[in-house]
Amino acid sequence: MKNEMHVEFSSVSQNESFARVTVGAFVAQLDPTMEELTEIKTVVSEAVTNAIIHGYNSEPDHKVHISCILHEDGEVEITIRDNGIGIADIDEARQPLFTSKPDLERSGMGFTIIENFMDSVEVISKQGEGTSVHMKKQLTNSKTVYN
Amino acid sequence: MGLKYMFDVKEDVLVVRLAGELDHHEAEELRDQWKDMLYLNPVKHVILNLEKISFMDSSGLGVVLGRYKEVLQLGGEMVVCSVPPSIKRLFEMSGMFKIIRLEENEEFALETLGVAS
Repeated sequence: MKNEMHVEFSSVSQNESFARVTVGAFVAQLDPTMEELTEIKTVVSEAVTNAIIHGYNSEPDHKVHISCILHEDGEVEITIRDNGIGIADIDEARQPLFTSKPDLERSGMGFTIIENFMDSVEVISKQGEGTSVHMKKQLTNSKTVYN
Repeated sequence: MGLKYMFDVKEDVLVVRLAGELDHHEAEELRDQWKDMLYLNPVKHVILNLEKISFMDSSGLGVVLGRYKEVLQLGGEMVVCSVPPSIKRLFEMSGMFKIIRLEENEEFALETLGVAS
């Protein structure tokens, strides 16, 4: 059975832990390993933090949207979207150690971590309209197939 | 769950023990406290004990890198110890162990910095 959930929340840093815990709880029904669960929580944290800091320049009165789809074969699909300023150069943003905000002590490793922990990552962004990060990961546990 | 932190000064070493979750939300306050501890005490080196950390992302790495640079300015060294496996992967992926020495535990880390237990 395919299962999905959507959640939308204010662009405040308190919601970074809310977001990763929520997605983690939803994905838990596919019986992921601890390692997989940590990886998923980490990428959600990275993408939501990017949306808040970069997409919305840390302004609290915007919304971050998460969609999560669990497929029958154990694949997890997560989309994290903002309607913020967008990314001028996506290839540059995905480079390890690149950061547009060095003054904020950003490590520049966010996208690199996302790419390492997920099977596929697609970034769609338009300046002035927002950014959408679409990620997929196949869980290893075969117990995920029911019926 | 949030982040808890404890600072301890042993001779010229600042020991930083973190517990809980270190993300962007927690990073800013930790940075300010950690900076204060570095400059208000006559310390040179830092030992970062991550034994009780349950979650860390790239925002946490940013704070650690920021303090690493400050420790270099002080002419000291940064050592990280008791790193849980999931966080070790994050450190490896980011090349952190090329600049920050890894030790098994706090006691051993202190010893390598010349502090007798």
